[in-house]
Amino acid sequence: MELDRSDEEILSGEYGETRRVMLEILIALGKIYGAERLIPVSSVQVSGASYKTIGDAGLEWLEGLDARAVVPAFLNPIGMPREEWSEMGIDPAFAGKQEEILTAYKRLGIRLTCTCTPYYHQIVQYGDHLAWSESSAVAYANSVLGARTNREGGPSALASALIGKTPEYGLHIMKKRLPNVIVSLDDPAAAKEWGPAEYGALGYVAGKEVGNAVPFFRGLRPNRDRLKALGAAMAATGAVALFHVEDITPEARVPFFKQSFSVDEKEQIEIAVSDVNAVFSDIEVNAVAVGCPHLSEDELRTVADLLSGKKVTKPFFIFVSQEMINEHRDLVTIIDRSGAHVYADTCMVVSPATDKLGSVMTNSGKAFSYLPAMCGVVPRLGTIEDCVRVATE
Amino acid sequence: MIIKGRSIAKGTATGELIITDAPISFLSGVDPETGIVIEKGHPLEGISIAGKILAFPFGKGSTVGSYVIYSLKKNDCAPAAMINAEAEAIIAVGAIISRIPMIDQLEGGLSSLKSGMNVTVDGDRGELICKDWANS
Repeated sequence: MELDRSDEEILSGEYGETRRVMLEILIALGKIYGAERLIPVSSVQVSGASYKTIGDAGLEWLEGLDARAVVPAFLNPIGMPREEWSEMGIDPAFAGKQEEILTAYKRLGIRLTCTCTPYYHQIVQYGDHLAWSESSAVAYANSVLGARTNREGGPSALASALIGKTPEYGLHIMKKRLPNVIVSLDDPAAAKEWGPAEYGALGYVAGKEVGNAVPFFRGLRPNRDRLKALGAAMAATGAVALFHVEDITPEARVPFFKQSFSVDEKEQIEIAVSDVNAVFSDIEVNAVAVGCPHLSEDELRTVADLLSGKKVTKPFFIFVSQEMINEHRDLVTIIDRSGAHVYADTCMVVSPATDKLGSVMTNSGKAFSYLPAMCGVVPRLGTIEDCVRVATE
Repeated sequence: MIIKGRSIAKGTATGELIITDAPISFLSGVDPETGIVIEKGHPLEGISIAGKILAFPFGKGSTVGSYVIYSLKKNDCAPAAMINAEAEAIIAVGAIISRIPMIDQLEGGLSSLKSGMNVTVDGDRGELICKDWANS
């Protein structure tokens, strides 16, 4: 792989042992995936932030590092809200370890945003090269914003934060971004009524079909919140890092892109609307949780409007970024009055609080996919309207 | 005899080779306190990889496996070196952050290797050196 002089200096140890090891990681990954060079990244998003997922092993590694991020770098959700962990029922021993992880990341210059939706709080431009690791954020950045990132692991994203570069392979290369499977519904008219929950269910079904391919959807007209739900679920049940929707997502609207492949020559997958509907159920649940990925401003407003004047009868968790709370205190107040609670920094999947709930209703196809294995919880998928109805009946 | 491969993580180590044709998940597959393989039904189940030259096709399972390799090293029960048929990110990252020499893509693959051989992994040059090749 081509290295420049500053890379050689880092490799010789002139900039410390941490940077040397971090550059070695990037070079090894470049070798494994066939990159010819390293390219600069404009931002980094680091996963591996919850003590529940990385444990003592990850914490010990982070504490041994000594360098500072050289590009804007943001942290994924952690296992608890920083302020209100005891109210959420988090064990003090867990909270202590989680604090140590935060301290370690802060020392490395990673911004403690603790959100899976960093794109609501920073500008990401079409064509930007990134090194992001949270799978739903990767799908959103690539597909909805037209930026370019592979699905990084925690250590490789951190390496990019400390070096400022990533190996150029995979989705950084234009021709690897072209679709290789065409996905349509057997009854496209049904999708006209779909909200984010139905798009999450579609992603749940489609992710299993397409695996790590780049799907190109036809016959759908989702907005950004629906695209977010679709991508997050496909990244959970499959390894989808990029998808296109005909005439909707930014790359799919570029003439050059449209001319670069022929829809008819690609593998075709037809998804039955009945299979999407079958993801929904009406089982009894002990709690309701929304905000996987963290809610957008519009989604938070929808939840507040639906809960306005009502009282919840079972725990209702709402997950957003701290910045979203800061910007929309009025909506949070409306939600608080209902007895539901808005939590920052964490989510239903990476927090141990969910593990005790037994059964949870959510409007997220991604959470629906992860809750059984990661939290031992029986999940139920429903629309946001149904989530509020069940929580308040 | 020297078998050419590819360097993944730098450093050199010599030891007893232990080889399996099954992929390894370090998270939940290897006990970080002892280095003993604990995955049920794995060909190496119950066997310690501590201090050995560990050859296996590739890593599987959670990306947290990289950190488990680091824990093994901290607990003095990591493999002395690793050989993969085809390296992927979990094992490669684990080897690099733990300073464990690692190579992959050996000429002729892993099939000519046998457990018990005394071998040297040269992670700088990307080579495997087998001194007792004739006897094995």
